[in-house]
Amino acid sequence: MFIDTLLIGISSGAIYSLMALALVLVWRSTRIVNFAQSGQAVLSTYIGYEITVKTHNYWISLPLAIVCGALIGSLVDLLFMRFLSKRIKSGPIAEIAPVIATLGLLGLIQSLIGLIWGNAFLQYASPLSAKGFTFGTHTVPFSPQNLFIVIASALVLGIFGVVFRFTNLGLSLRAASFAPEIAQLAGIRVGRVRNIGWSFAGAAGAVAGAVITPTSTLSPNSLDLLFVSGFIAAVIGGLDSLVGAVVGGLVLGIGFSFILQYISSSVTFLVGFIILMIVLLVRPRGIFGKGVGRNA
Amino acid sequence: MLNRRLTPLSRAGILAFIGFVLLILSRFVGELRNYQGAQVAVYVIAISSITLLTGYSGQISLGHGAVMAIGGYGAALSFSLWNFPFELAILFGAAVGTLSGFILGVAAARLSGPYLAGTTLALAVGLPTIADQFKVLGGEQGLSFDIGDAPTWVRKIGGADFTQYKWFFWICIIVALLSLWAITNLLHSNYGRNWRAARNNAVAASLAGINVARGKVLAFTVSSALASLAGALFGLLLGIVTPTAFPLSLSFAIVTGAVLAGVSNLAGSIVGAVVLVAIPEVSGALATHLGGSQKVTANLPGLVTSLLLILVVLFMPNGLRIKKFKGKK
Amino acid sequence: MKEGLVVKDLAIDYGSVAAVKGVSFTITPGELVAVIGSNGSGKSTLIRAISGLIAPTRGSALWNGETLLGKKPEDLVRLGIVHISEGKSVIPELTVAENLALGGIWRRDKSDVKLATQESLHIFPALTTRLEQRADSLSGGERQMLAIARALISRPQLLLLDEPSLGLAPLIIEQIFVAINNLRKKYGLTVLLVEQNAVSALKIADRGLILHLGELIRSGSPDELMQDPQLRAAYLGF
Repeated sequence: MFIDTLLIGISSGAIYSLMALALVLVWRSTRIVNFAQSGQAVLSTYIGYEITVKTHNYWISLPLAIVCGALIGSLVDLLFMRFLSKRIKSGPIAEIAPVIATLGLLGLIQSLIGLIWGNAFLQYASPLSAKGFTFGTHTVPFSPQNLFIVIASALVLGIFGVVFRFTNLGLSLRAASFAPEIAQLAGIRVGRVRNIGWSFAGAAGAVAGAVITPTSTLSPNSLDLLFVSGFIAAVIGGLDSLVGAVVGGLVLGIGFSFILQYISSSVTFLVGFIILMIVLLVRPRGIFGKGVGRNA
Repeated sequence: MLNRRLTPLSRAGILAFIGFVLLILSRFVGELRNYQGAQVAVYVIAISSITLLTGYSGQISLGHGAVMAIGGYGAALSFSLWNFPFELAILFGAAVGTLSGFILGVAAARLSGPYLAGTTLALAVGLPTIADQFKVLGGEQGLSFDIGDAPTWVRKIGGADFTQYKWFFWICIIVALLSLWAITNLLHSNYGRNWRAARNNAVAASLAGINVARGKVLAFTVSSALASLAGALFGLLLGIVTPTAFPLSLSFAIVTGAVLAGVSNLAGSIVGAVVLVAIPEVSGALATHLGGSQKVTANLPGLVTSLLLILVVLFMPNGLRIKKFKGKK
Repeated sequence: MKEGLVVKDLAIDYGSVAAVKGVSFTITPGELVAVIGSNGSGKSTLIRAISGLIAPTRGSALWNGETLLGKKPEDLVRLGIVHISEGKSVIPELTVAENLALGGIWRRDKSDVKLATQESLHIFPALTTRLEQRADSLSGGERQMLAIARALISRPQLLLLDEPSLGLAPLIIEQIFVAINNLRKKYGLTVLLVEQNAVSALKIADRGLILHLGELIRSGSPDELMQDPQLRAAYLGF
């Protein structure tokens, strides 16, 4: 029983980590929380869905959805975010404008999806079973699809980790997000690098959408709660920290799973709120967040 | 219109006059308009809570829908379970909301920007689920807040065909005008100035003797008082409060309304409220004009709101400013 | 024919405030020119306009005939122009090794990057033992050395130094300036050195320019400038 709950928690935690990663990637390079993330992710998932409808092959749709996610992320940066940062410099609107703007973009994407595909719940078919593994008479509520979710997420997070720590691209990304001016003066094309960061974030969101959606249904709003959980996970882990995104995601996923099992399903977000408040009370910048001296 | 050159008394006079005009107008418009007018009044109160919190005190909340829920449930609870007269029920809801706002404000004062946004977001999604847990809150069915028709003495003033919606309109307009008066005075007082000073530069403000943390808590508390008041009226208009009556989109909607008008522009909260109520209507008409298919009707309001929002933020970051008086921002 | 840095009538306005008012000067290749001025003289603004961080209101700046204005800082690095900015020249969250690596990331010739890195470490041996440490654990002087070491890996031709002595103890300042002088002679660098610490700067400079409230009020050899009584009182403190 305990193991079951733990496994489910890891599975959902992995997804939250992916969403949190996408948010942290964009936050570190732009100081903006991208509320449109769930819209970008769900759009990529819809494209993946279309491909499965046409080809009946989940394994083809997956990488294509990821590529689309990267492209969409890049486009949002080029067409939308650049413009936004230029217009909003200071004033009472500076902190809230990106929130509203990305919320607007979210609504825009979801409305467009509704106009094209309709709002009905769709099924994104995956060859993997959503029924739990059976060991003799005992069925674990952890299915092959759940296993795939954990593997895929771990793979993506691992790849990002390697890229960030050991490649020149990762170094450029980190330099550009810590100190864009110094990075410029060192010859790094910060605009290009930031765009790559957005592509990575878009890809991460697309992976999350494409692996989780087969376990439920697809609709324009189907990833919204996932985004909220991802955001909470990112805040718990500390918005500046990629490691924090992973830790936050797992903490939240496992926490939710145990609440679901031992209390009730409806209060999960209330518990999430309480977990969040407890963490922020002790560490107002999240577990791995920067110390008090630095501006958010 | 309500700028700092006016004294509280003269503001009261102006608002009373506006109220009088509106109440007379209500006799000549149809049922739908009366209901929508009441909705606008409620949104004005809700949006002004954001104007105070974000525009003046610089704190961001994506969870004020949850605060509205507290007000709504508080009012409905006291009305249904303890048989409070509806006026007291509304005040009770606002009181509960104020207290909650104080608690939240204390927690929020330590949090900045996105951390506060994340916390309020979690609250917005999490709080309504409490109602499912406790039977006394009515679960999924919710609690009734049906105040029935107007009492006889009001009907005598209102005229022969004084319907329930006209009664709603009167209640909401009067409360809205009273709140607007109170909040305008507050924003133009030292409190308002201190909030803005702290928002612009917290270090400089505290060096100048302003207690920034206390100001933030006060702002959150007053803002919650307004939001929960709006929530109580919201429940009144619906006749019932349910967990789904205060969704996440409500929190987003009132922030949207505040931004449309210029987040620190109080008079513009009226514009924002009108736009929020008008959009479903306008896009509904537009959708029928465009053929009325299911996809279009369901998604056009969202498309219009989102486009409007993006355009306003990109091109008029300070909102649709009512440029009558050029004062300092 | 290599002409060096030619600045003509450069002016930079911040809104209605003229931070730099029509400055013109030339630096021939291999020269080290010190720009002296107090706070508010516009010298930092001037150097930031040359390196592409801010856009000037009018005027021109050419390096070996190529126009600099309108180009982004990262493009100018590829032209051989490296700006070490005042106060914040290394990224504290990255290790020393990573900071050094930034100097060569954009370059194609990776074997020369390796060579240049070794040369830099040879010049500043103190960095060798701290390669894996975060840059925020370095002292002010060490950070300055790291910044210069990194700049050298980019194989610069023109070095723009913005107040390298800021926040450093006098002994360290000496060391840094001696190092700068040796380096520019060894590599044939052209250097524009903006400084408040006039004495140290003029000691290693070939020429000095005095900037006051955005205007170039004097230029001359270090000896000329150091012997002018007015200037001595105002900038040199003796």
